[in-house]
Amino acid sequence: MTAGAKSSVQISGSIRKRLLLQLLGTAAILASVLIVAVLGFVRDVAEESHDRILSASATSILDSVTVTAGSLSVDIPYAALSMLGNISDDRVFYSVTSGGTLLTGYEDLPDVSPPLSADGQQGQPAFPTVFQTLDYKGDSVRMATASRRLSLNGIPKVIAVNVAQTRDGQALILTRLTRSSMALGAGFFLLASLLSVWSAQSTIRPLATLTQAISRRGPKDLRPVARPVPSEMAPLVTSLNTFIERLSASLSRSEDFIAEAAHRVRTPLATVRTQAEITLRRVEREDNRTSLREMIRAIDESSRAAGQLLDHAMVTFRIDSLEQAEFDLSNLAEELVERLRPMAELRDISLVFDGHPPCLMRGDPILIQNAVRNILDNAIKYSPSDRQVWVSVTTEAGTECVSVHDQAGGFGDTDTRSLTERFVRGDNVQGTVGSGLGLTIAREVVEAHGGEIRIINTDTGDGACVTLCFPSL
Amino acid sequence: MRHALLPLTLTLIALFSTAAQAFEIEDHRWFGPKDGDVLRVISTTDTTILTPLIEVFLHDNPGVGLDYVVASSGDVMKALSEEGRQYDVALSSAMDLQVKLANDGFTRAHQSAATDLLPEWGEWRGHVFAFSQEPASIVVSAKALHADEVPHTRQALISLLRDQPDRFRGRIGTYDVAQSGLGYLFATQDARTAETYWRLMELMGGLGVELYCCSGDMIESVAEGRILVAYNVLGSYARARTDLAEHIVVIDPEDYTHLMMRSAVILKDGENADMAGRFVDHLIRAAWSTPRPQEYPFSDLSSDFTLQSDAQRPINLDPGLLVYLDRAKHKRFLEEWQNAVRQK
Repeated sequence: MTAGAKSSVQISGSIRKRLLLQLLGTAAILASVLIVAVLGFVRDVAEESHDRILSASATSILDSVTVTAGSLSVDIPYAALSMLGNISDDRVFYSVTSGGTLLTGYEDLPDVSPPLSADGQQGQPAFPTVFQTLDYKGDSVRMATASRRLSLNGIPKVIAVNVAQTRDGQALILTRLTRSSMALGAGFFLLASLLSVWSAQSTIRPLATLTQAISRRGPKDLRPVARPVPSEMAPLVTSLNTFIERLSASLSRSEDFIAEAAHRVRTPLATVRTQAEITLRRVEREDNRTSLREMIRAIDESSRAAGQLLDHAMVTFRIDSLEQAEFDLSNLAEELVERLRPMAELRDISLVFDGHPPCLMRGDPILIQNAVRNILDNAIKYSPSDRQVWVSVTTEAGTECVSVHDQAGGFGDTDTRSLTERFVRGDNVQGTVGSGLGLTIAREVVEAHGGEIRIINTDTGDGACVTLCFPSL
Repeated sequence: MRHALLPLTLTLIALFSTAAQAFEIEDHRWFGPKDGDVLRVISTTDTTILTPLIEVFLHDNPGVGLDYVVASSGDVMKALSEEGRQYDVALSSAMDLQVKLANDGFTRAHQSAATDLLPEWGEWRGHVFAFSQEPASIVVSAKALHADEVPHTRQALISLLRDQPDRFRGRIGTYDVAQSGLGYLFATQDARTAETYWRLMELMGGLGVELYCCSGDMIESVAEGRILVAYNVLGSYARARTDLAEHIVVIDPEDYTHLMMRSAVILKDGENADMAGRFVDHLIRAAWSTPRPQEYPFSDLSSDFTLQSDAQRPINLDPGLLVYLDRAKHKRFLEEWQNAVRQK
């Protein structure tokens, strides 16, 4: 039943999967942005600190340039170059130029001293330090150029100090930091993924609990959904409740209709039957008597069907609000047997009762009596004369069971499970009045009490045994 | 500008006066077979000192010939950076020149299990590898100086010279820093460390100091009694001359003693980089593994030194060493030094 329902639903993707993918995608994008941002930041910081130390070195050399006896002299401080060695083992190059002419240092190091006319810092003799990245002696170097104006024998000159250092150490630091920021990004992504899974899961949860609550319901449970749901699901639940209400109203209308119809039919039928019997006594002709007997039999059949429809309507009604009384199943069955014994004896059928009180259980005694009566009715009705029907009540493994065992020829080859469907009758009942509702009623009562119904043909093949089992008290 | 630069250029020419000629080879020796693989080594280290190490290396690498050339540190630099001579390995006591070779791109990087033995300060950017630590010592004549008179600090030496100028006139010696790269390294480090150095140089200059090219000559002069005191001598060489042990006293000054690291570089233009790497590894292993092998010629500082460790000043392998190689700085320092020493 459920499998059939599922296959008829058209699936268009999964909300959870879509949500998860979107969240993971977002996390991946954010993680990449984080890595790129951190890397950029780190690169800037590394470059800036390198620039700063190059600038300090160049400035300290520039400070050592003096005019002694009318000529320029450079006395490079030891620290100017050794400070560069403190941060890394990188190669160091420098040059000091005056007006573009080399004073000392590496002569092929590019000189970027500003022109004499260039603007200094607010009239100061020093020019801003210039940084650049270039290739020198086969390596990429970062170079700082510090420069200032100096008056040599009254002639202004631009003194420039270029200090360059290879960037292996910086590259090493960057590699390490790149690895760290990759790990950071990966960690971020992992954490975000876990949160995404959790978030997708919890978003779906109300939907899942609602589904579970609805699918757990019994077939007759048509109450509206009362559990609180998130506001997004309110329209769905409202529609569902409206639908249930309509369905339930329509169902009860039709049950009412059937009960009313059965009742309306049964009463006039009784009158018709009485009249027919009176007429039968008066009529002498054998033809007419046979017709009348046929009529009476048909009336009985209709009346019985109407009775069972009424029973069914009553059962349906009572199941909706199941009474929970304590009673003894054995007493109930015995009472029923005694009540039906006269009717059975009319047909030369003997009822044998075998009960072992106490067989206490909880439920609606009227419903259970109705169920057992329908079974017993069937057994009596389908049995030929001079046969026996055994009714026994036993306690087995936490259940109280009442069995009706007859010699009415069994159910033939009919699937015993389908017998409890409405209006399904055994294979071999042609010629006997019956509606096929008896077993249905019995099954509905048993299921409403959480018990089970077992229908088996006896081994000898001349009868059947129907057992109704209910949980013990 | 031209006229300003002219004197500078002239001085430079004077400084590297041998520039026009080829570099000067002091010693040349061939080890091992002549027909196999050849490893060409240019070095400032006397052949006899390294011979045991080289022989063990050749024993471990049969079929390899080793061409060993000895030159002064300045000449080693010249041969490699100016004349473009092809060598596989350069060994030098002039740390500044070794750093400059590496800084200016004449060397190649090397990494191996052996280089992992080196402490961080024992190498520079995977190009320069130290294989000894040797002190700049004072060597005095054991015969001429009484045990009480032996100076243990520079201050004591200054007092000794000042108190008895006639006794020491013309009988003291030190490196000619214009000629010796190692002498220049020691002098510049001394000048960086303390003002005492200039006072000592002025005093020694006033007493007619003898200038030497090398530690070996100074040690022999002291042993023979031609001079009584030699300042800034390689302590390792002096201690190695066990034959002269009775004639000389080797002092590691207690105020401060500079430690020079003899270092090796693998040259970029060398033809046998693989073998060069193995030779450098051999030197590093000899120097830095414990216990040191018997053939290691230099003293083990940890056991031989009676010196307070805070008096030891290892010279750092870093770009700071390039400063005194700056032409202007070099010129200025030499002028200052010569003013101090040649003041007669």
